[in-house]
Amino acid sequence: MSREHEKGMSLIVKTITRLTVGLILLYGIYIVSHGHVSPGGGFAGGVIIGLSFVHLMLAYGKDVALGKLSKQASSFFENLGAMLFLGIALLGFIGGYFFLNFISKGEPFRLFSAGIIPLCNVAISLKVGAGLFGIFVALVLLKLKSERKR
Amino acid sequence: MMVYLLCIILFCCGLYCVLRKRNIIKIIIGVIILEYAVNLFFILTGYRMEGRAPIFSSEAEILNMVDPLPQALVLTAIVIGLATTALLVAIAIRIYEKYGTFDITEIRELKG
Amino acid sequence: MNIASNIIPLFVVIPLAGAFLISFFGRSIKRLPDAMGVSVTLILCGLSLLSVRLHNIYGVLTYSVGAWRPPIGIGMVLDGLTSFMLVTVNLVAFCITVYSVNYMEKFTAKWKFYTLFLLMVGGMNGVIITGDMFNFFVFLEIASVASYALVAFGTERHELEAAFKYAIMGTIGSLFILLGIAFLYGYTSTLNMADMGVVLSQKGIDGLIIMVSIMFLMGFGLKAALVPFHAWLPDAHPSAPAPISAMLSGVLIKSLGIYALCRIFYNVIGINPTISSILLFLGTLSMVVGGLLAIGQWDFKRLLAYSSISQIGYIILGIGLGTPLGILGGLFHLFNHSIFKSLLFLNSGAVEYATGTRDLRKMGGLAQKMPLTGTTGFIGSMSIAGIPPLNGFWSKLLIIIAAVQAERYIYASWAVLVSILTLAMYTKVMKYAFLGSLSEGLSRIKEIPIFMKLSMATLAFMCIVMGVLLIPGISDFFLQRASEVILEGTEYAASVLRAIR
Repeated sequence: MSREHEKGMSLIVKTITRLTVGLILLYGIYIVSHGHVSPGGGFAGGVIIGLSFVHLMLAYGKDVALGKLSKQASSFFENLGAMLFLGIALLGFIGGYFFLNFISKGEPFRLFSAGIIPLCNVAISLKVGAGLFGIFVALVLLKLKSERKR
Repeated sequence: MMVYLLCIILFCCGLYCVLRKRNIIKIIIGVIILEYAVNLFFILTGYRMEGRAPIFSSEAEILNMVDPLPQALVLTAIVIGLATTALLVAIAIRIYEKYGTFDITEIRELKG
Repeated sequence: MNIASNIIPLFVVIPLAGAFLISFFGRSIKRLPDAMGVSVTLILCGLSLLSVRLHNIYGVLTYSVGAWRPPIGIGMVLDGLTSFMLVTVNLVAFCITVYSVNYMEKFTAKWKFYTLFLLMVGGMNGVIITGDMFNFFVFLEIASVASYALVAFGTERHELEAAFKYAIMGTIGSLFILLGIAFLYGYTSTLNMADMGVVLSQKGIDGLIIMVSIMFLMGFGLKAALVPFHAWLPDAHPSAPAPISAMLSGVLIKSLGIYALCRIFYNVIGINPTISSILLFLGTLSMVVGGLLAIGQWDFKRLLAYSSISQIGYIILGIGLGTPLGILGGLFHLFNHSIFKSLLFLNSGAVEYATGTRDLRKMGGLAQKMPLTGTTGFIGSMSIAGIPPLNGFWSKLLIIIAAVQAERYIYASWAVLVSILTLAMYTKVMKYAFLGSLSEGLSRIKEIPIFMKLSMATLAFMCIVMGVLLIPGISDFFLQRASEVILEGTEYAASVLRAIR
């Protein structure tokens, strides 16, 4: 991965990125999954997950980052997140109300508690993370296309 | 009372930036500062005297908390601001492609 | 909770589901965006007519999202004003979707258009049915951001400049609204609109509420294009593609601007004579400024945009009067203006599709080659100018009679003068665009495709027959219900809280 010395940033940045970007992704997943017992939740965790991919793109250049998560894949995950959220909300109609919390709630402060809230957090984090990375990719590709035309 | 006044001053700084600057990117930064000021003001309305962070935990018992509702609302407002900023930046990049400049006094084709 | 209230969240769920499905499958399946867009708006149109019937049977319906009762949870309310606005928005949205099946062939990436369009319709529906203040702001932002993206859809030079101007001004307007909501939350410590009305009537109006009223006037005035805040409209509405211009000018400025003003100033804060006179003054100023600036225009769509500002002034004049006849006239003019302004913008789109130009000096004699466009344009222009027996005449008459009855003779005389000005500007449009002889460069144009013809014919038919809405038997269960909700003022809170139990 660090063989193309021309693209991306310097060697120090590439080494540190290679060591930490997986940890950043893991931290983002931790914040998403513990959204109902500690601060954080879907938005904040999704932003951290998205930023781990953006970090990869900044340090190594766009080809490596697009190899990990291509434009079609990020678009797919974004739509998946939105439809998952709407699907969970519609399933509340089983209990009679839109957006009802219909899964059993368990005891507080455990990981598997609070009904549909963890599932909604996962859906939101998919949408926000893929959305942020998608915005970044779209702006980068737009700039490259305009530069190639000139 | 002083903190609310400082938020309003930040709001006026952002408004000055939108009204007087000529570069498109500086206008967008002015809009971002405006959004920060309004979100900060909203959170500050939730402060209670001697309040703690509104997080339940299984060990300690929290007696008086600050108001958690504005925090949830501001989270939504921050994401809305993010979407608007992304759209403004995308429009600004395309304006640079078509007009060749970022100066708004030269981007004045629509008149009348 | 009634079994019939289950219809209420569908107004938001169906367009959002449609938008996400089109965004998922629209790239691969070719005809899916068109079919899905038309079917979604058709279902919404049917549901909104059903909601009028349900409101007449059951009275005020409420829905508590997620089974959390207001004031803790978010509540959705269906009363007379809501069902009236829902019919306006969804009916016009359906006609415009049918039109854009053919018109948007010239643009690439039609699925992006339909995604943004359905998001905008979903946002507008959400603004109308919600009963919670912050939920209202979220849906307002969804509809606004979708419309900023739609104005820039063709990515030509003019469209991008207009979209940038519109986006900056719209964002500042939304931020003023958010600041007002923050102040109101700090003052009343509740977010539900009905509960806020109760607390405000108990606590009384002091300096803070006056400042909040001014902020809301600025924010919603910018969304509704009242005169000191109208500067984005003459650039944004002409530059957008024709179905989007019709959507923006026909329903967006009414749903986000005027409906919000009515709801907040009559039902939550409570009307007082100061706000009434400010609304009357701004309405008359909009009428006059819009009319004067419209006459000198040579661009077809820019003239229609300035005329929109003028007609919105009429509606604000009617609503600001505060008398039952005035509010009835204002709401009827809102409905009529949606129909005939959309018809006129779709007309200009058809002219641009066939001839490729928007300049009135380059057109002439189009009625010979495009008979249906000419006829519907004629009907639309006569409606907006107020010629009997088309629908525009009745609503303008109601507003002028109400102004005279309330002894505001100056405002009534300005209204009559601007009506004559409107007749003059549309006679100019008809003369230069449709009548006269065909200029040489235009001898090869053809008539427009079938769906565009269908949608314009439907809107023109509605222009002719909508005068029947004033007959006492029919107006009882459509228009009168809407004006009663505005007239009852802060009693709205009592009827909503009664319906929740």
